[in-house]
Amino acid sequence: MPFMEFVNFYLMPGIVLGSIYALGAVGITLVFGILRFAHLAHGDLATLGAFAALGVVTIFGVSPWVALPAAMVFCAFMAIGIDKLFYDYLSERPKIIVVMSSLGIALMLRAIVQVVWGVDTETYTRGIVRPDDYWGIRIRDREIYTIIAMFVIVGVLWAFLQKTKWGKAMRAMSDNPDLALLSGVDNRKITMLTWGIVGMLCAASGFFLGINTELKPLMGWTMLLPMFAAAILGGVGRVEGAVIGGLIVGIAEETSVLFIPGEYKAAMAFAILLLILLVRPTGLLKGKVL
Amino acid sequence: MELIGLLNYAVFMAIFIGIYSLLALGLNIQWGFSGLFNAGIAGFFAVGAYTSALLTAPESSVHLGGFQLPVVAGWIGAMIAAGLIAWPIGKVCLRFRSDYLAIATIGVAEIIRLVVKSEGWMTGGARGVNKIPRPFGDLTYLYSQLAYLALVVAIVFVVYLAIERQISAPWGRMMRGIRDNEDAATAMGKDIKARRLEAFIFGAAVMGLGGALFAHFNRSITPEAIDPMIATFLIWIMLILGGSGNNRGALLGVAVVWIIWSASEFVTDQLPTEYAIKAKYMRVFIIGLLLQLVLRFRPEGILPEPQGTADRPEVKTLQNQESAAK
Repeated sequence: MPFMEFVNFYLMPGIVLGSIYALGAVGITLVFGILRFAHLAHGDLATLGAFAALGVVTIFGVSPWVALPAAMVFCAFMAIGIDKLFYDYLSERPKIIVVMSSLGIALMLRAIVQVVWGVDTETYTRGIVRPDDYWGIRIRDREIYTIIAMFVIVGVLWAFLQKTKWGKAMRAMSDNPDLALLSGVDNRKITMLTWGIVGMLCAASGFFLGINTELKPLMGWTMLLPMFAAAILGGVGRVEGAVIGGLIVGIAEETSVLFIPGEYKAAMAFAILLLILLVRPTGLLKGKVL
Repeated sequence: MELIGLLNYAVFMAIFIGIYSLLALGLNIQWGFSGLFNAGIAGFFAVGAYTSALLTAPESSVHLGGFQLPVVAGWIGAMIAAGLIAWPIGKVCLRFRSDYLAIATIGVAEIIRLVVKSEGWMTGGARGVNKIPRPFGDLTYLYSQLAYLALVVAIVFVVYLAIERQISAPWGRMMRGIRDNEDAATAMGKDIKARRLEAFIFGAAVMGLGGALFAHFNRSITPEAIDPMIATFLIWIMLILGGSGNNRGALLGVAVVWIIWSASEFVTDQLPTEYAIKAKYMRVFIIGLLLQLVLRFRPEGILPEPQGTADRPEVKTLQNQESAAK
């Protein structure tokens, strides 16, 4: 197979899909690292974000790119609200109870999407976009924006975590919650902040999946496994690890078609997850193991 | 006539309650007694259903088969197959906290769904497996249903007794010990991984049997027979509401939730079509909300785990506070 064909049909779609997974995986790794549980409603929160953006597009008739920030803010408040209404009351109980609660939240969020927007497949814009040719690499504008946006969003988050007082407090909570508490970090504010950031990341990943493919009520749920595989592959609690993990899982899924039947593309994430748990549970960048 | 219809419906409901009871009992072994989070119940259910169906169904051009083994062999096969699927997953994931098992079991259910859908030579693809023999299937409708109900009840009873016996045996005490205090159990020299693996496989096998009973009851099994997430979730809410760690609680939870679920379907079916579809999703929303309320206000369920004072969450919190105060 010619090299350019591999790049155009397998590698580039893999990088685009990987960027979408990366955005979700960063959120998962934050919840896993700071709040210490597996958030199973992550995918469906992404679905809600994608449909919220669709709502803005249809009501105000604006471009989807304008709707993205609105959807991110909306999901940030949704995530904080869900935490305040449901997860917060379970914080004294074993963490696995919160995992169970999040499974219920996943179903509730999906039900909301299905009631409000119905079960049909939707798109942000109609019509087919042809890819442009850049020195032999065929890529669509929206695909370029997806990759750039992922790096910008994660870059901003990374700078926030490294440089600001609040970011440092979040990392302190992730490293050692008791010590962070003793040093005067306000647990509740950090939890709220984390959920806000996670909600924004969810909305972004859902939006970019929606703009590159279609919007379906189950779109987020099917992303859940790849996102978790990416977060664990990169190392739980490691933001840059989640990006690397996301890209690897995305590329692995798209190139897997060369070796296994296309129906089993979705199985790649699962295979990666089991393999990394078997070989190196701390992930590539030495994250936490809960 | 009306009365006969009502009786038929009641028997139909009771059989379903029996089948769901097996799933809930299986989950109780995994979650209630051992603290293992299985979010892929539908997967083990499907494996059991298809295994038993393929072992017993007559020859067909659309799927693997023609073994025509006796139904009992199909059921045993279903339990073995579900256990075999559980083994590698448990082997990899049980070393870690249960969060990892939750994610992996979601994956397993997804893969099983993919295999069932795309391996048409084996499972018949979308057409599924039909003409599955049913015990007492030759009788007239009502008697056949009643006989099958008796069979399901008998099986549930046997499984219930087996689990009760196992749980009050030293093995069961050890499992609860591991669940409540892993460090102490390790210190006492218990092989935690191996014990958890046993519980996970045992529970999965019971779920597989539930799947087999469903396939033979329905006489056919297709990929669309159950919605994986909703089926899995219903079992969870049944167990949590009824009382995890208590087998009788699990059975009670199944009956309560299944009756609420079916009754609400009955109500939404009366609505005009445009609302009926939306109402279907509202039911899912409400069942999700019900879980949140139970977790928050009555985490021990209707029938709490017996004898336990020390293993109830609120007591544990209290103890933690006490030890923190010291």
